[in-house]
Amino acid sequence: MNDAVKNVMSVSRRGFLVTTSTLGAGLALGMTTRPLSAQTKALDEVNAWVHIAADDTVTIRIARSEMGQGTLTGLAQLVAEELDCDWDKVTYEFPTPGQNVARERVWGDFSTGGSRGLRASQQYVREGGAAAKLMLIQAAADAWQVPASQCSARDSIITHQQSGRTTTYGKVAVAAASVPVPEKVTLRDPADWRIAGKPLKRLDTAEKLTGQLVYGADIQLPGMLCASIMDCPVMGGSLVSFDDSAVGKMPGVKGVVAVKTSLGTNGVAVVADTWWHAHSALKQLPIKWDRGPNADMDDAAVTRLLEDGLDADDAYPGNWNGDLDAAFASADTQIEAVYKVPSQNHAPMEPMNATALYTKDRCEVWCPTQNGEAALAAASEASGLPLGQCEVYKTILGGGFGRRGAGDYVHQAVEIAKVFPGTPIKLQWSREEDQKHGFYHPTTMAKMRGSLDKDGNLTGLHMRLSGQSILAGLMPHALVDGADYLAFQGVVKEGLNPAMDDHTICYDIPNLLVDNAMRNPPIRPGFWRGVNINQNTIYMECFLEEMAHAAGRDALEFRLSLMKNQPKSAAVLSAAAKQGGWGSNDGKARGLAVLHAFGSYVAACAEVTVDDDGKLHMERIVAATDCGTAVNPQQIEAQIQGSFVYGLSAALYSESTLANGEMQQDNFHTYPSMKIAEMPKVEVIVMPSGGFFGGVGEPTIGVAAPAVLNAIFAATGKRIRQLPIKDQSLRA
Amino acid sequence: MKTLNVNGQVVTVEAEDTTPLLWVLREQLGLTGTKYGCGIAQCGSCTVHLDGVAVRSCVMPLAAVNEKTKITTIEGLSADGSHPVQQAWAELDVPQCGYCQPGMIMAVAGMLNASPDADDAQIDSQITNICRCGTFQRVREGVHLAKEVAGKSAKGKSAGEVA
Repeated sequence: MNDAVKNVMSVSRRGFLVTTSTLGAGLALGMTTRPLSAQTKALDEVNAWVHIAADDTVTIRIARSEMGQGTLTGLAQLVAEELDCDWDKVTYEFPTPGQNVARERVWGDFSTGGSRGLRASQQYVREGGAAAKLMLIQAAADAWQVPASQCSARDSIITHQQSGRTTTYGKVAVAAASVPVPEKVTLRDPADWRIAGKPLKRLDTAEKLTGQLVYGADIQLPGMLCASIMDCPVMGGSLVSFDDSAVGKMPGVKGVVAVKTSLGTNGVAVVADTWWHAHSALKQLPIKWDRGPNADMDDAAVTRLLEDGLDADDAYPGNWNGDLDAAFASADTQIEAVYKVPSQNHAPMEPMNATALYTKDRCEVWCPTQNGEAALAAASEASGLPLGQCEVYKTILGGGFGRRGAGDYVHQAVEIAKVFPGTPIKLQWSREEDQKHGFYHPTTMAKMRGSLDKDGNLTGLHMRLSGQSILAGLMPHALVDGADYLAFQGVVKEGLNPAMDDHTICYDIPNLLVDNAMRNPPIRPGFWRGVNINQNTIYMECFLEEMAHAAGRDALEFRLSLMKNQPKSAAVLSAAAKQGGWGSNDGKARGLAVLHAFGSYVAACAEVTVDDDGKLHMERIVAATDCGTAVNPQQIEAQIQGSFVYGLSAALYSESTLANGEMQQDNFHTYPSMKIAEMPKVEVIVMPSGGFFGGVGEPTIGVAAPAVLNAIFAATGKRIRQLPIKDQSLRA
Repeated sequence: MKTLNVNGQVVTVEAEDTTPLLWVLREQLGLTGTKYGCGIAQCGSCTVHLDGVAVRSCVMPLAAVNEKTKITTIEGLSADGSHPVQQAWAELDVPQCGYCQPGMIMAVAGMLNASPDADDAQIDSQITNICRCGTFQRVREGVHLAKEVAGKSAKGKSAGEVA
């Protein structure tokens, strides 16, 4: 999602190294155990990751955001594993981005995207837990005046073996804070894990069942006013004027504010005593817009733009080998197909919101964000105050999916709050605003060309991508000589760009070219759960089944013949196919898909039926995941089940289309999402092969749609090459 | 000024008759467990019970309820999170982000009020809440578990009476 791949991350990583290099050798042990300057260290914490109270309650600090993906619990498990504390006494808290800045980024990166929550921080949080354990043992040994080597700890109890004396973490926690930080820690082998690796329940469930959990939308502060906003409906347009006299006397209205941000948003907000009053007035507010240069843009123009790229000369390669021209020249059979995926909105259940309190010397923001430090930077930029005079308090997110990596709503909230100094302002977007001002999944097309020899072997493949670049839209500094290599996610050549090696192609194809013609319509692109694997895996996995069909070969056998050097990918594909009943000749229609992305290997086998009248029933999906190391298997299962809902909602229904420059789908009646009746039974195979940590939240999204599209073909003989499926006849 | 009966308590609110019940609950009474998701009765995040029946409060004007209407929100479903649906949800760790879950739980509890033995077909037709995280598989398992929990704990009472 946000910062989806390492090449993006490496930029921030470099930035991190630059800013921390003056701190010296602490990095060798990870950021966690680096000695802290006395003035910034809270006195009663063991270290930055662990606070232990006298009653043995262990509070584990979680830097990454929690948006449903379960990272909060997984990270706590990793710390608790090395800390050897009593899991029943573990709770959590989110350190603030301001504290992170003040403490020289002791908690590292707050950004939560790219399925990196665990895999990018597992090393240093485990080190943090291990160091804290050693410090607690040392504190007990010091009190007993015995060598620490004679002491051990488990379940928050420290024991001196020789004497049998015991104490608890809570009793020595204060003393432990003064113990020198260990220079070296040894991490436990995952094979010996007792807390991590187990299907423990989440730490944040109870409050979600009683309505007690406070999301960003639920923030209430003394004297707070509420705002509803409408940005120019056309991207690139601007506010001309509004007539506040028309709403000034409406109940509760306190003001109408033009809201222009440095991110290019340009609209108007009504501020009132309640959000309902603010929103009711906003709907009545006469507004004049300059709809700007994109006012005539419609979906046909977007499609024409993308189609132009399918045969254009300005494409750059992302994967190639062999001699494609020779392969096609000597082909026995050639086939060609064009695919298309539309723009799609994230639509998390909690619409965007942020609460800001501005005074001339301080700016505070309460918000659900996937990137706390970016939100802090947004608060600073929008308020004009230095970082040290700003603070962000993160809430648990009501869904993120990549949307909440952006800071637009933070900027807006602060801009409004600047007009009401000293008064907290809660900006709550309507669903309509959320739908019309997304950071949309990029729209792309692909022209796929393949060649077969007389024996039905795949001899050549050309995958021409054409479409929108996320990096060009959001972070052009991450382009390499103008090229967006993230566009090749899931189909990229290994070693081409080390930053993309978590997302390489699963196949060895003798003669291959994957290239991309960048075509950017005037739509704001974004990191959308799964990012570019969503369309690339549809193109690759559906077309390979087209090739297998043309060759008269079994689609599993056809794939495996190209995966001889890809044992992990082959293993998950084989596992999903086997449990899914592939090849059982029982008359059921099945489809496959496989992918390596976000460091994990995933596959799916979908089983569908299609009624005579064309109605699709997704009966069953078997999904296999090799994420290397499984930190919480039951949460992995939940993420994989949910990945099918998100991925198949997109496949079935999701499109955000332009007419007169404006997104047309403004709520769930026009932008539907799957409901329980459509949910297939998902069987999850978690098969970690060890030795690495792969991501979980996103990779399976990539195989959801192609597995079902392939199963639809198996059921009907009709190939669906354009999303969404809705409004297309599934029967020929 | 209008009198309401919310979670067994008599309360007074000041809001226009056209104000949706959702916003009365959230902004007048501070009961923020009931969520805003769409405002047009599409997603179900705002589901509450009126006299034990699940309704979408985002399109229910204040004028539609009175002091005789027993309004139950997620905060009042049980005193301590022990309603059979809440117990089942805890046991199965159903929520992911959790934002839709108060509405989901109220929808399921409302269904079980009327149909304590609701089957999969009833789940499919009556539970139409949107969950973007995709918790549906555990929601379905949770409904069946909640029926068991209610059967065991209610000692002859139906899940409906528990609610």
